[in-house]
Amino acid sequence: MPTKLDAQVPSSAPGGADDALMKVRDLQVHYALRGSSMGRLFGAGGDVVKAVDGVTFDLRRREVLGLVGESGSGKTTLGRALLGLVRPTGGEVRYGEHDLPSLSERRLRPFRRKLQMVFQDPSAALNPSMDIEAAVGHPLQIHKLVANRTERRERVVEALERVGLAPVERFLSKYPSDLSGGQKQRAVLARAIILGPELLVADEPISMLDMSVRAKILELMLDLKRDLDLTYVYITHDLATAKFFCDRVAIMYLGRIVEIGPTEEIFSDPKHPYTKALLRAIPEPDPGALVPRDLPRGEIPDAAAPPLGCSFHPRCPAAFEKCGWETRDLRPLLEQRWLGLDEDAYDAERATIGNLDSLDVPAHQVRLSPGRGRGPGDVEALVQRAREADPQEPLWKGVKRLEAQDGAVAVDFHEGEDPRLRPAGAVEVACHLY
Amino acid sequence: MAITPTVEVGEPQHDSTHRSRLARIAFVIATPYRQSAGIARAMLVVGTVLTGLMVLVAVFAPLIAPYDFDQVSDGGARFPKQGEPSGTHWFGTNVQTFDVFSRVVWGARTELKVVLMALALTIVIGVVLGLVAGFVGGWLDRILVLIMDSLFAFPYLLLAIVVAFLLSDKLGGGVTTAAAAITAVYIPQYFRVVRNSTVSAKEATYVEAARALGAPPHIIMSRYLFTNVIQSVPVIATLNAADAVGTLAALGFLGYGIQPTEAAEWGYDLNRAMDDATSGIWWTAVYPGLAIVLLVMALTFVGEGLNETLNPTLRVRRLLPVVLPPRQPAAPVENAIPVEKAEVGRDRRTGVGGSPADPETSTTEEGGR
Repeated sequence: MPTKLDAQVPSSAPGGADDALMKVRDLQVHYALRGSSMGRLFGAGGDVVKAVDGVTFDLRRREVLGLVGESGSGKTTLGRALLGLVRPTGGEVRYGEHDLPSLSERRLRPFRRKLQMVFQDPSAALNPSMDIEAAVGHPLQIHKLVANRTERRERVVEALERVGLAPVERFLSKYPSDLSGGQKQRAVLARAIILGPELLVADEPISMLDMSVRAKILELMLDLKRDLDLTYVYITHDLATAKFFCDRVAIMYLGRIVEIGPTEEIFSDPKHPYTKALLRAIPEPDPGALVPRDLPRGEIPDAAAPPLGCSFHPRCPAAFEKCGWETRDLRPLLEQRWLGLDEDAYDAERATIGNLDSLDVPAHQVRLSPGRGRGPGDVEALVQRAREADPQEPLWKGVKRLEAQDGAVAVDFHEGEDPRLRPAGAVEVACHLY
Repeated sequence: MAITPTVEVGEPQHDSTHRSRLARIAFVIATPYRQSAGIARAMLVVGTVLTGLMVLVAVFAPLIAPYDFDQVSDGGARFPKQGEPSGTHWFGTNVQTFDVFSRVVWGARTELKVVLMALALTIVIGVVLGLVAGFVGGWLDRILVLIMDSLFAFPYLLLAIVVAFLLSDKLGGGVTTAAAAITAVYIPQYFRVVRNSTVSAKEATYVEAARALGAPPHIIMSRYLFTNVIQSVPVIATLNAADAVGTLAALGFLGYGIQPTEAAEWGYDLNRAMDDATSGIWWTAVYPGLAIVLLVMALTFVGEGLNETLNPTLRVRRLLPVVLPPRQPAAPVENAIPVEKAEVGRDRRTGVGGSPADPETSTTEEGGR
């Protein structure tokens, strides 16, 4: 991969503040969930989904920054917010002298020449009723960069040749439905580079393509980057291509960057427990290899009600007191325990605790009331039994106090703290362990 | 799904690449005729032929009609009142001593004029409003939908009468007023259809891509949405044209349409012929009535035919036989098919029966975009 080495030179070269193409500061994209119709009528806000919640990083010139995360981690929203396709609800995206979110759509339009996007599904990204010449050349017309059709054709031919759609004459009058996925993605790339952009946000550009053309498209993107001095933001859930393609990687979880740093560092010495889990989840090419994979337990939490403290703590194997344990973590624990019990034991334990719904309110303190005919002592004994059954469970580190009180059991958790990105070695990581 | 050859293989294609714009439009218009089958095809062809005849009559009305639509005398001799069909008056004369044949021929011209004008106005207004409402959304969308829905809820004839009545002061009782009245009736249909497809089409990635390219809203609407949301408009337009003929005749019949001094109009003629029917004078009503039936039928046939062909939920497309080129005589065939069997296969033309060297005949669904 000679291109990769070339690409690393500028990003590893010492550069001052001018090295940053884009500075993102505390960027937030929150979506208001629609509440009831009455709530909508009176403007009472429903829940808020924090798709991107306070993201800060610098995008260096001529680097490839990978945004990696599970579905729902906010990586696509972040990519779109960088281009102003999604309106951030807070924070800054500094591009040169300008703060992009503060500009109106009209004022933003000239910047679109320099900030381009490549979409996940090449079949959907091209207008089905425009032939390739019109589609690729349309940006030139929009920005009034060509005077006539001949000039446009010249530029289009040039761009198509650059992305390897040759012989060009055969493709000019084709419609998107006539092309294969790889060819369409090349056309999309041609359309993106025809304006001479500085930044290309590529949103999973190869995930909809055949395996056979994925590598070719990535190679093409690296060639384009070298020839045209591009900066990439590469959004993906695929760590294998990120390792190959990116200079730096930012791991995202629930709208936050949890770890960001040079690709080599991240892959050789992952710091954040989530990054570690992700790396272990990369499939091995050897079918016989049985790797112990302690994948994160559970699902990615509801973004409308993220966990208190560190949002990864419910799934984290290394969580401890500071991570923000809370009432909602207790219920899955009890339910998990009950799954393993036989019917009689389950009935007995289930009847001990009254209503479990009090556990659904996010808080650091909860009172567990006993069921009918049971006393608070029984509840306490039950919780203690659960603790003894699995003392390694990180949740128990977070329990500060557990005692019977006024006819119920009070469970207090340690007050958590939201970890911020902190430098740890060569990377920055948002975890209390560092 | 369209079966298109992959671009990777074969010679460079020359067919569709360098066709002129006019040829491409002709190609698009011919598409439903090529793809239709069975009853849909019959309706489409019959409807097109009949409509074409009507258009010819309308265009060449001055040459075909022996008299003017409001002519009551020829060479100083007054026409007879309610005269029977004869050599000089093929369809007879009516109570106003007009020549019925001339009125029918001139009437075709009026109908065509009004329908074309109304359709053009409706499509322009309906499509533009639908596109803007769907794309912009929000309050504008809600208000427009509310207005259009209330127009839609009105009995169409009542609405047409009200509009014609309101406009008759300003525009007179001519073609323009009638066209405007009909326009008001049909705008909501186009608005609805176009708005709904716009609402779904604007979520498409290519629209966001257009935004990312820096396209302002009017360009997104005209270049990216327009062509993708008007696909159902031709079908509605032809069906509405048929409906509009009826509406115009109804307006004329009720006396709110085109005034007799402005142009010949079948509905008005029918109204005047009402009293004749009881006294055995059939020709004054039958011919204008037939003309209405014929034109409505012709347009309906075209519309239904188009609908059956273009609407994917109803579509039955013609299976065109595809003749594959003969296979190259390759390496010796391992399991050679006996000669007799091959002969039988060739005779039956079952497609798979031919010997390997034969041109195979098979059928495939001819797809379209």
